[in-house]
Amino acid sequence: MTSWVIEAENLSKTFAWVPVLRGVSYRVAQGETVAVFGPNGAGKTTFLRLLATLLKPSGGTLQLFGHSPDDPVVRRKLGFLGHDSFLYPDLTPIENLTFYGKAYALSDLRSRIDFVLQFVGLHEWGNTQVRTFSRGMEQRVALARALLHEPNLLLLDEPYAGLDARGVAILQTALTQTKAQGKTVIFTTHDFALGLGLCDRAVIFNRGRIVWQSDGSLPGLQEFADIYHVNTQHVTRNT
Amino acid sequence: MLALLWKDLLLEFRTKERISSLFVLSFLIVLVFVFALSPEQIQGPAIEAALLWVTLVFAGMLSLQRAFLIEQERGCFSGLLLTPIEPGTLFLAKMLGNVLFLLLVELIVAPLSLALFSAPLLPSLFMLPVVLLLGTVGFSALGTLFAAIAVRTRAREVLLPVMLLPLLVPLLIAAVKVTSAVLTGEEWYGVWFRVLVAFDIIFVVTGWLIFSQVVQE
Repeated sequence: MTSWVIEAENLSKTFAWVPVLRGVSYRVAQGETVAVFGPNGAGKTTFLRLLATLLKPSGGTLQLFGHSPDDPVVRRKLGFLGHDSFLYPDLTPIENLTFYGKAYALSDLRSRIDFVLQFVGLHEWGNTQVRTFSRGMEQRVALARALLHEPNLLLLDEPYAGLDARGVAILQTALTQTKAQGKTVIFTTHDFALGLGLCDRAVIFNRGRIVWQSDGSLPGLQEFADIYHVNTQHVTRNT
Repeated sequence: MLALLWKDLLLEFRTKERISSLFVLSFLIVLVFVFALSPEQIQGPAIEAALLWVTLVFAGMLSLQRAFLIEQERGCFSGLLLTPIEPGTLFLAKMLGNVLFLLLVELIVAPLSLALFSAPLLPSLFMLPVVLLLGTVGFSALGTLFAAIAVRTRAREVLLPVMLLPLLVPLLIAAVKVTSAVLTGEEWYGVWFRVLVAFDIIFVVTGWLIFSQVVQE
């Protein structure tokens, strides 16, 4: 029997009477890596924030690891990297990670912090205030924060934004390792090559709906570009 | 909870924004009263107690705003909600942080203002800290609840006092009555003292219980 990490059934979300997600049904099994594509305003971020338990669905049902999203057990298993870094700019990366580590009640905190900072290549910057960092450096510390408690489900919303070549390489390694550990990863991106290169399954959102999802094998880059173009154009004209 | 408190104290130690602005604002309010009112008008424990609490309420309002504004930058509040920390614990930590910062300000502002208003300090030396503590806990409990709501709105500076001040009335009346009794050396443990204690218990427990609803989007 498949162990579903995410079971979304007819999920919808409305902000001030404006529907942002409309009846999304999607399941993700343990160990899968899913790339979410779609134009701006398609509902990708809302979908990820619902999965991260940061938003409540307006309709439909959502189960994470077989539990309700309100169950505190779920939050312990989630790692989320969003548009905001969730880092206190006046604290250093070590102080930020110490705080989050204590919040997750990690036992081997010091060694975990050393490991994740080393992993994102910012070990020597551990005692510098985050406020002085570039966007890319802050994004790397945010990745360290998301990985700190070794989550079973990693949710990444446009994780490549602001990263330089080294940052992209670090993120690719992080995703590959997380995948190799049998953990589940869902990420949104606008980069077809990067996304398709990492995922097991791909899904395209448009106007709050899933308009296409891969079935079995993934298409080639050019074929996917055509699929994306057709699906996002088509739905836009008909809604 | 200790991690949250440690983080708030560390942030304040690093920036000193909250405590310095609280001191300056409280001091300025006291000065405004001193200049606006003649010494005869300020005389009397009821007036002195009222002016002290008005000063502390306005300073406290600023403290409450700051407590949640530091969580807004870089979306840190969402980061907190992602952690397994229970919302009730989050409430208690934020409330305790407010109590600590306000007590620190009161340590200087209360004796200073009473001295400037020429209030008798000696009879109140032992009981005044207790009254200030009880008033500050009640203020922080209710204020933390409303500050968490207000900070996520556009009109947060207006919304917090508009929502909070009417509900603070029972606490303010009780705090002024008990402070006034303490300043004159009269019996202070009457009905108003019990109102003060009840207010604290009700809003600390209510805040702890309903904070999960308050922090929902």
